[in-house]
Amino acid sequence: MSATVTTHRQQPPAQPVTLRAKRLPRYVPPALALAAVVVAAAIVYGAGIGGPVLVVVVGALLYLGGLFAAANAVEGRRSARDRTWSALIHSAFVLAVLPLASVVWTLLSKGAERLDGNFFLTSMNNIGARDPEGGAYHAIVGTLQQVGIATLITVPLGILCAIYVVEYGRGKFAFAIRFFVDVMTGIPSIVAGLFVLAFWVLIVSPVFNDGRPGFSGFAAALALSVLMLPTVVRSTEEMLRLVPAPLREGAYALGVPKWKTILRVVLPTALPGIVTGVMLAIARAAGETAPVLLVAGGGAAINFNPFENNQSSLALFVYQQAGDASRYAPARAWTAALTLVALVLILTIAAKLLARRNRLGR
Amino acid sequence: MAKRIEAENVTAYYGGFKAIENISLTVEPKTVTALIGPSGCGKSTFLRSINRMHEVLPGARVEGSLTIDDQDIYQRDVDVTAVRRMIGMVFQRPNPFPTMSIFDNVVAGLRLNGVRKKSILEEAAERALRSANLWDEVKDRLGKPGAGLSGGQQQRLCIARTIAVEPQVVLMDEPCSALDPISTLAIEDLMFQLKDKFTIIIVTHNMQQAARVSDRTAFFSIEKTGDPGRLIEYDNTQKIFSNPSVKKTEDYITGRFG
Amino acid sequence: MGESPHRSANAGTGGTNVTESREWPAGASARVAEAPVSTRTPEGPGLGGGGALPRARAFGAERAFRGLTLAAGTAVLVVIAAIAVFLVAKALPALRANTENFWTFEGWFPNDPEPKFGIGALAFGTVLSSVIALLLAVPVALGIALYLSHYAPRRVGTTLGFLIDLLAAVPSVVFGLWGRDYFSGPVADLSAWLNRYFGWIPLFGGDGPFGASILLGALVLAIMVLPIITSLSREVFLQTPTANEEAALALGATRWEMIRTAVLPYGRPGIVAAVMLGLGRALGETIALALTLGITFGISVNLIENGGNTIAANIANAFGEANDTGRGALIASGLVLFAITLIVNITARAIIHRRREFTESAA
Repeated sequence: MSATVTTHRQQPPAQPVTLRAKRLPRYVPPALALAAVVVAAAIVYGAGIGGPVLVVVVGALLYLGGLFAAANAVEGRRSARDRTWSALIHSAFVLAVLPLASVVWTLLSKGAERLDGNFFLTSMNNIGARDPEGGAYHAIVGTLQQVGIATLITVPLGILCAIYVVEYGRGKFAFAIRFFVDVMTGIPSIVAGLFVLAFWVLIVSPVFNDGRPGFSGFAAALALSVLMLPTVVRSTEEMLRLVPAPLREGAYALGVPKWKTILRVVLPTALPGIVTGVMLAIARAAGETAPVLLVAGGGAAINFNPFENNQSSLALFVYQQAGDASRYAPARAWTAALTLVALVLILTIAAKLLARRNRLGR
Repeated sequence: MAKRIEAENVTAYYGGFKAIENISLTVEPKTVTALIGPSGCGKSTFLRSINRMHEVLPGARVEGSLTIDDQDIYQRDVDVTAVRRMIGMVFQRPNPFPTMSIFDNVVAGLRLNGVRKKSILEEAAERALRSANLWDEVKDRLGKPGAGLSGGQQQRLCIARTIAVEPQVVLMDEPCSALDPISTLAIEDLMFQLKDKFTIIIVTHNMQQAARVSDRTAFFSIEKTGDPGRLIEYDNTQKIFSNPSVKKTEDYITGRFG
Repeated sequence: MGESPHRSANAGTGGTNVTESREWPAGASARVAEAPVSTRTPEGPGLGGGGALPRARAFGAERAFRGLTLAAGTAVLVVIAAIAVFLVAKALPALRANTENFWTFEGWFPNDPEPKFGIGALAFGTVLSSVIALLLAVPVALGIALYLSHYAPRRVGTTLGFLIDLLAAVPSVVFGLWGRDYFSGPVADLSAWLNRYFGWIPLFGGDGPFGASILLGALVLAIMVLPIITSLSREVFLQTPTANEEAALALGATRWEMIRTAVLPYGRPGIVAAVMLGLGRALGETIALALTLGITFGISVNLIENGGNTIAANIANAFGEANDTGRGALIASGLVLFAITLIVNITARAIIHRRREFTESAA
């Protein structure tokens, strides 16, 4: 064996004789950055092709190029690559923070303008284009009712379906369910809205409704259910699969029947994870505009009955106010958006905190 | 190509926790040195500080001096990647890159060093796999995923990956703890052969293993949980296992403690 | 439309991927399901004695519960079937009434006495805006995800990661509103600048006005999917086994080389899934585009002039004035949109499964 080694002694990689490496002095990167900005400013203003934004962009490119060249010359190619990628990754971060921070800042500052009692206690009924008042009470009612009904439909159905797939289902039928739940996750929300429009609003509900299409909050809830169902099924499925087998086997060994084991042992163990999944599904459904736009019909007045007549929702309210010509509409839209985001984020944060305490989660 | 390692007053921390304190020892070239001791006594920490892998963990740092052929690896202008190329490491659990084939795994280190030529890579891979006693088992399926091998084969694959870059020192952190007795034997045989070329330092919990494979043995211990690990005794393996000079070592070896 | 990032990236595309292979072995539950104990009941005089074992009951709680779950499973299949049946049933009459070619006609006049509408321009706009959005968002999102998982100090990474997760949950209507009210100005300036210096490229040609363009729509989409892709790929990157990262470092890799050898290959299926989920979102996005695009019905590669339209945005905009045929036409366009997203999902799954041999055993 040692003979083989000696014959190939001339092969790379040559081990480093010294462990020391030349490194770029500390001051080089900041100095390079400064030089890059100066050069960029000279180019941009000298040629008169743009303003400060272009200076920053050109400066950043020059800096990356300069850093690579400098590091390559002093430290070698590998280190130069490492430095350049590191700089690129950091700049990706800065690049993305700007618009996202702008969204958040606009939401907070604009949303605060109409954040008053009137906004939460009145509807848009009889509010004309010149009225500065008007609020989202009816929309909040709509969102809560629609999401609530959708949850009532989805949660039992989704959990039972997941139990079937994980605990009982075998063969092609269970596979088909899994496959089509996957397909369902890919349904765009507007298509879910169109389905409920075709199925409920235009075909089924006119039967009870003297032939008139039945736009209603319930229809919106149906559409949201279609969107929530695959999420609930999949998260429940995953949580059920995480329940350790010894737990079930222990119950079986005690002679507990399977259905009782599932209800008393498996489900409670998986519950925090399931609740997390459900809450995230609710948060997502609450923010949906498109399906509600198609099947709930909107409306300016308060309607507590989700089964009859038009209803609005917060997301739809934002969209409608955004399209409204009144000069008071944008403020209403932003405040409603802030309310909606607050609602969604409370649900999301609660779900994440719950997930963190989950015994089964990672 | 093997080198002498001298540790002087090496102290290592995890954040505020002092894991080992004032370890000083010298490892001669082309020998196998075993680090033994109870769990949590800092043998792995010491091993990881020899190729600066300790500092990979957040908040971890090392004090003291560690020289390899008179170059202090903790000096400021030392290139960490060069240190790790010179001092290879085999881990407790076999960790081949799961997305790579057997061949790609073996030559991963060479590719990092910029070797691109197929013929050189192939020769190096064969050489490393032969040295790791794995060539005959895998030569027909070099393109298959490395993670598909058995545990013992995976560990030998990792050894091949480590020696493919021709380091001068090979550190092994309980390389057999996840393996069955037959695979363990294969690895022990391998260590015996590798010592012709490399300086080997191995952490092990298995005292028979230490006695079988090593020339020198270092015994580490702690007073109680939370205290830093210290070097208790360092001597020829035969002496440690037949006639240790410290009572604590004897207790540990005879199974009275730890 | 899985929203929970902790379940890793397989939510959108379904399908087995890396995450699943590291979860509880699927065989575990299957084995349990076959356990014969399930039909026995412990009560009865036989318990503990030497008597005969109680016989399995033909109808009992076990059967009822099993039937209930089966019914739920069937209901899901029924819903899927119903979606297909009702959409097709409503779309067909409108397609029959169409006096122009549905695939090639550039225009949308389904409410006319002689209905004329075509999907071509809308589908083109949908794909164009989404592809541009993804081209812009994916590199940045992967960069941030790497920053959060492997470059930032751990506490910073966790905090910012949490914020990104929250941003991923913000409803699209908010991004649309922001895009229309505050982002169209800068984009109009950028468009004018591009037009002035790069007007010779067809993408940036035209004489204005600029602003409510495909570029604005695509940028808003990009900003909207950015947190989603970041959040999912960060999860994926964090799941890289430390052992593999250390193996790369121990071979003398720099941080970037470690990421290239250990992190990126390991996370590839997850990244593909994250990107495809983002693409699915972008393709199906309605409101953000309905608010930002200046509606036109022609196929054009000009990115900066006012105009552009997508299937989903058109549904939202044209729905209000639609008569019966109009609704049918919109439903037909929705079917096309669904088909596009389905193709994307199936492609994603094919990509994820292609290298299965190498990811399956990743334990």
